[in-house]
Amino acid sequence: MTVDSNSELETQIAEWRAYVRRRQEMHQADAEELEDHLRGRIADLTEAGLHPDEAFLIAVKRMGSLDELSREFAREHSDRLWKQLVLTGDDPAGPARSRRELPVMVACAAAAALAIKVPGWLGLDMDSDAAASFFLRNAGLFALAPLAAYFAWQRRLGAGVIGLLAAFFALGATAVNTYPMAGDSHTLVLAAIHLPIALWLVVGVAYVGGEWRSGQRRMDFIRFTGEFLIYYALLALGGGVLTAFTAGTFNAIGINPETFISQWLLPCGAVAAVVVAAWLVEAKQSVVENMAPVLTKVFTPLFTATLLAFLGAVAFTTSVIDVEREVLIVFDLLLVVVLGLLLYALSARNPAAKPGLFDKLQLALVVSALIIDVLVLIAITGRITEFGFTANKTAALGENLILLANLAWSAWLFLGFIRGRMPFGRLEQWQTRYLAVYAVWAWTVVLVFPPLFDFA
Amino acid sequence: MHITKDLVAASATPLVLGILAEGESYGYAILKQVNNLSGGHLEWTDGLLYPLLHRLERLGYVESHWQSPAGERRRKYYRITDLGRAELTEQRRQWAAVVDTLRGVWNAAPMPLPLIAPAGA
Repeated sequence: MTVDSNSELETQIAEWRAYVRRRQEMHQADAEELEDHLRGRIADLTEAGLHPDEAFLIAVKRMGSLDELSREFAREHSDRLWKQLVLTGDDPAGPARSRRELPVMVACAAAAALAIKVPGWLGLDMDSDAAASFFLRNAGLFALAPLAAYFAWQRRLGAGVIGLLAAFFALGATAVNTYPMAGDSHTLVLAAIHLPIALWLVVGVAYVGGEWRSGQRRMDFIRFTGEFLIYYALLALGGGVLTAFTAGTFNAIGINPETFISQWLLPCGAVAAVVVAAWLVEAKQSVVENMAPVLTKVFTPLFTATLLAFLGAVAFTTSVIDVEREVLIVFDLLLVVVLGLLLYALSARNPAAKPGLFDKLQLALVVSALIIDVLVLIAITGRITEFGFTANKTAALGENLILLANLAWSAWLFLGFIRGRMPFGRLEQWQTRYLAVYAVWAWTVVLVFPPLFDFA
Repeated sequence: MHITKDLVAASATPLVLGILAEGESYGYAILKQVNNLSGGHLEWTDGLLYPLLHRLERLGYVESHWQSPAGERRRKYYRITDLGRAELTEQRRQWAAVVDTLRGVWNAAPMPLPLIAPAGA
């Protein structure tokens, strides 16, 4: 055998190996075992006088078709068809950094859990109104600062970006803690609701590794957000079961675990779960299908049907929507849901695919939501001009307008796309760029609203 | 002579266990031995030996380990276990019963000549 034909044979074997490895039923070790067999066969055949090329072909042929082979492997190792998330990090081939991932995540989660206990240890009476007000102001900070720290480590952020993150967190902390807002004031509640959103978008800067100008990376962050919410909800469910068993078992032996649950289990678990959920989403990224687009596919038709039925009911009964502030918030939330359905359908869509039935359904959903919202807005404008602006009304109205603008333009782009006049990418671009609007609005509510409305 | 798929499949386990009972071995060597012993009549699709070996391992009849001699590629060796030996004994008993029965039938009625010549003959 010449050196030349030898290296050619090696290339052929390498190609074959790569081909085998593409089957998820066959693991690295199986591929190695089969390759050993292939080499044994080739060696025997060349010894019998065949050219390496021919020997390779015959050996591959005798190995059997890969389809049949992987079917047999799948029958024997059916577990391999279920993608498993390996959490133990025992992949010795992995880089040292990815093996440190788990300890760093645990450290960040533990830091989060401890941090929320620190104010109590420093003398804050946990049952007092002061404590309630303190945690209302700072919940977002406690939950998201460890997450930002985790991503800062994980993404190896530069000092500049870390400085920027720290500055935003400091800004938020200073604003909610130094503004003279009473514990039950509207501006405080608004700030407490919007600070987590504002900080979540700051975490987004860490998530995208500082590349917040890139539309692709922003879309990644949108995907991450959807999966994060789902995993957080799952962890919360698990936490609920844990809490129930803690309460049940300890009560059974006459120990009342209520203080432990309310002072330790719930607060520490809630903040630690933020880091754990984020880490899970990252770890499962390429292993498990994204859930948010699946839920979107299931619920888009149902929501469309509901909204159309509602519109039909309004038209049929000619009833006027009863306009209260709560109603406005309900419709704000409706727009958020519709926007979420739109976003997560977009996030999973193949940009090159032709418009289909689902896209039309989506357009119908967005348009019906828009019509409903316009009805609500017309009804409420009269009320606001009559009674003047309060912090709550302004916030609810502002949010409504922001979502309305987004959805209206989305509908326009969607229509263009369905009629084949607009590339799908424009829709994606519009959504990823719009993230900046949410950020500006959330920070405005946190920073500008309290002084604007006299901290009422 | 071509042996049908069903017979190949049915005899695969006792064959592999029987070969391994004589000492540990690896996939390609097992296959070659099957080929030699059957005089080339037992044709296996090479690759399908491995899912079988993995199944025997899961059932606890064989155990495997990787050997990597210095400077060579590592190779997976299989060794029969006590459970495997017990299974082999059991399978031998069953096969002996089948073979005895067949022999009895064939002694009573000698092999008939085909009435119609096979196609191509």
